[in-house]
Amino acid sequence: IYDRAITVFSPDGHLFQVEYAQEAVKKGSTAVGIRGKDIVVLGVEKKSVAKLQEERTVRKICALDDHVCMAFAGLTADARIVINRARVECQSHRLTVEDPVTVEYITRHIATLKQRYTQSNGRRPFGISALIVGFDCDGTPRLYQTDPSGTYHAWKANAIGRSAKTVREFLEKNYTEESIATDNEAIKLAIKALLEVVQSGGKNIELAVIRRNQSLKLLESKEIETLVTEIEKEKEEEAEKKKQKKST
Amino acid sequence: MALANVLQSESVDFSNYGRKCRGFTSSLYETELGLESVGGDNLSFAVRTACSDGDGSERKIQFLHGTTTLAFKFQHGVIVAVDSRATAGAYIASQTVKKVIEINPYLLGTMAGGAADCSFWERLLARQCRVYELRNKERISVAAASKLLANMVYQYKGMGLSMGTMVCGWDKTGPGLYYVDSEGNRVCGDLFAVGSGSMYAYGIVDSGLKQKDLTVEEACDLGCRAIYQATYRDAYSGGQVNLYHVHSEGWNRVSQSDVLLLHQQYQAEKA
Repeated sequence: IYDRAITVFSPDGHLFQVEYAQEAVKKGSTAVGIRGKDIVVLGVEKKSVAKLQEERTVRKICALDDHVCMAFAGLTADARIVINRARVECQSHRLTVEDPVTVEYITRHIATLKQRYTQSNGRRPFGISALIVGFDCDGTPRLYQTDPSGTYHAWKANAIGRSAKTVREFLEKNYTEESIATDNEAIKLAIKALLEVVQSGGKNIELAVIRRNQSLKLLESKEIETLVTEIEKEKEEEAEKKKQKKST
Repeated sequence: MALANVLQSESVDFSNYGRKCRGFTSSLYETELGLESVGGDNLSFAVRTACSDGDGSERKIQFLHGTTTLAFKFQHGVIVAVDSRATAGAYIASQTVKKVIEINPYLLGTMAGGAADCSFWERLLARQCRVYELRNKERISVAAASKLLANMVYQYKGMGLSMGTMVCGWDKTGPGLYYVDSEGNRVCGDLFAVGSGSMYAYGIVDSGLKQKDLTVEEACDLGCRAIYQATYRDAYSGGQVNLYHVHSEGWNRVSQSDVLLLHQQYQAEKA
């Protein structure tokens, strides 16, 4: 029966279906997004795959167009639908307006889509939050976050999914002008943020970057390993310095 | 958007049940215009008038094909020049028709073909452009505006619309000029002349545009001259020359000159 709404108000003004969807998001694996100066970074926690499963089929970072990509947390199947609609809209926009989408436009489109599903017959909200990153035509880097209710905001850095709070607190402490001064530094910040909550280090991290005027690039596990070792070395050096200070 | 309708996605989309595939689906999504498609199945513009030919044959409504409109890009923007005569056969219906439609402060549209078709669709375009501006917090580009118009009329292709318009404006990529018509053509260019007097106008502008950088005054003069020459030779063009200049801040109406006065002026210069 498609004539009855599933998402209705509670007496005290809550939309419980939307809030339950947000709970579903909190169960998904962590994703982090960072907006640098000339680079935008997306990092996700890779869930360990079963022995017989091919690793390639589980991709949580997807390109929406040459200059925009997104990562999500929550129900993978819902995400697939949203991503498909977003990809079509990116091309539709190019067709009718003869210009690539701005990151804000496609975020707004996705958010409007999500909102529609919180106010229709027979449908439940999408159980995903998305981090959408990219560069606009004029070269400005952007990072947006959407959630199941259909709201969206711009961020300098954010995290979604399991332990998002911990990661966000880490980012709040460590996102400074110096920490994103170079592309490499921004990537390392993303890795550091994920390492806070991910279990066994570099193997369970998937990283993607977009640089201005370039398309999405997924980092290979080797590159990630190198960066992780770099980070660990830096940590040790920091610890050494502190020890020395104490002893003097 | 149009592409999304074609690529019905994997998810069942309830919002598409019962939606007509013709109509103002463009970028208005669920917000329908509230207007029924004027098209329909048996559209006929045949008019049986009292003064029809003896054999009682049906005659089509006469449109403003008798006209001269022109627009060209130059260093400092776009010049738009039009005549102002409307004819019904050999009868001059009006000498004071406004053939330039002000879509918004930085976009102009010219009128050739059916006056009602032109003004209606261009007013609709103005509405669409304004919505775009509000949603995206920036002006619509000339390319996008002309594309919206072309897509709107394409849905009525073959149903008798008659419209040949030039969409002129200035956006962040500079001056923009597109020719859009009811057949579905949409062409970008530096110079267009439309109507029965277009050939005469082309002659003047083509020779005058030889020098690379015209000043605003020279360009206005050229546009004026071209329309005048067209009205001189073409019976279906005349009245006044309405001249507009589109620049980075928008458009402004440069002049309205009666063709007969221009004739005297140019004759005096020759002497």
